[in-house]
Amino acid sequence: MSSDLIILLTAGLTATACGLLGPFLVLRRNALMSDAVAHAVLPGIVVAYLIFQTRAPLPIVAGAAVFGIICVLGIDALRGTGLVKWDAAIALVFPALFALGVIGISTYASGVHLDLDSTIYGEIAFAPFLSLDVLGAELPRTVVLGFAAVAANLAFVALLWRKLKTTSFDPQYAQAVDVSPARMSRLLLVAVAITAVISFESVGAILVVTLLIVPAAAAHLLTDRLTAMIAITVAIGWASAIGGLSFASAADASIAGMMGVVAAGCFVLALLAGPRYGLAARAIRRRRAGRRARVALGAAREAGAPS
Amino acid sequence: MSVDEVPVHSGGAPALEVRRLTVSYETRPVLWDVDASFPTGALSAIVGPNGAGKSTLLRAALGLIPADAGQALVQGRPARSALDRVAFVPQRDAVDWDFPITVREVVEMGRYPVRGWLRRLTGEDRAIVDEALERVGMGPFARRQIGRLSGGQRQRVFIARALARQAPVMLLDEPFAGIDARTEATLLDLLRELRAEGRSIVVVHHDLGTVRASFDWALVLNVRAVACGPVGEVIVPQTLRRAYGTDAVNDGAQDGELRWVR
Repeated sequence: MSSDLIILLTAGLTATACGLLGPFLVLRRNALMSDAVAHAVLPGIVVAYLIFQTRAPLPIVAGAAVFGIICVLGIDALRGTGLVKWDAAIALVFPALFALGVIGISTYASGVHLDLDSTIYGEIAFAPFLSLDVLGAELPRTVVLGFAAVAANLAFVALLWRKLKTTSFDPQYAQAVDVSPARMSRLLLVAVAITAVISFESVGAILVVTLLIVPAAAAHLLTDRLTAMIAITVAIGWASAIGGLSFASAADASIAGMMGVVAAGCFVLALLAGPRYGLAARAIRRRRAGRRARVALGAAREAGAPS
Repeated sequence: MSVDEVPVHSGGAPALEVRRLTVSYETRPVLWDVDASFPTGALSAIVGPNGAGKSTLLRAALGLIPADAGQALVQGRPARSALDRVAFVPQRDAVDWDFPITVREVVEMGRYPVRGWLRRLTGEDRAIVDEALERVGMGPFARRQIGRLSGGQRQRVFIARALARQAPVMLLDEPFAGIDARTEATLLDLLRELRAEGRSIVVVHHDLGTVRASFDWALVLNVRAVACGPVGEVIVPQTLRRAYGTDAVNDGAQDGELRWVR
């Protein structure tokens, strides 16, 4: 498998795994959860290092996952008190966890090169160099993990589709039909935390945060159906992967950076040119409505009716 | 089974009954020791001043908010285990109107608790959804995103969702809030039709003026139950004075309307 193909598949599969969950985050106004997880994993890495005395990926990722989950469940619990809204809850929990991590490093691991960039945040350009031994065959590790994440999230979303949809749209009705919005929220956030932590290793933090939010936000502007929103989100994710890789190769620039830029470009395009909700379409509609109103008023005045 | 055929075997128990229901919000009681029952096959109203606990009663009965004391029964069974007999139309405040969901999909949600959360909706389910939409006059809007409707139209969609549930008991929480008088009249007609088909309907209602004319039974509530019974007996000046605390309510009720006098 060529290097470019591995990078492409890694990005595309990560975009797919994120794109299955991203729409729910955006619709539930939880978009910044991914960034929170990206910071909250630091104490997990420190703890894993202290316990296992290694910077090997498996214990590091496991430690990161534990704290990622603590972070999202903590934010959810804080918001559940009714005293703190989503944005404040997010801003309260992850800096605290990050600070814990920093304290942990300076106290117990000051001599070790232990930080997010050197442990858990990967770089997609290195994906072709990481391999995994699967039943005797050597496969690109990020691609295998990508497939696993996609399969897991596909199962998650497919099985819980109706419950996720109902609790996101009308939580009071969900409660009345015995579906717990609180439990759905926790399940979704744990899935996001795990997806994020696995993906950090493959593509780095900023791309994960981007892929969880930007394609979904763009898709929201383009459709009225949830199924279409998910499909468009995944499609934009792949477009960002393909476009980003092409531009990065041409410009000899950061691959992850370019993918983020392309994703942002897709969003701007949707915002400006979206057929129904885009700004241009809205301006056109408004102008037409104004023109119609003026014509009608003019006609009424001519007919002598009081305007 | 069409949307009009509704199982009504309640065995003589009231459609909804609460006993000694008590709910407090921090230190303030919102419902205190409330006993009330709503008969089967009747169109009942819960009325009372703002903050009287009307919405709280329905929500505590269904277990959506915790009660400090008391119990709720639906057709004689504990409410929480009889949720399949109840279709609830909540207030519209917690709904996400930007959500990418169409009118038809909202009504389909009424079938999920019946069909299951995984199994595909059958042809019968789709027919029930179509009938419910027609019944409330929202058939032509089936493919429209829910946010692009007026308040009255949205409320009709949520009522259609409750109809699609095909439950014998319907609870509606302030269905006419923020709705023009004509839509309110149309919806009341619909509720009366449903009552004629044997459904039991309980409505949290804010408009005292229309209660006597449109409803059979009423609970007058102001944290405590002030009175509960047929509207003719209960929506009378004495009871209303006790509930609303105003000094004068005009007794001139020839046209079925009560007039406030300052």
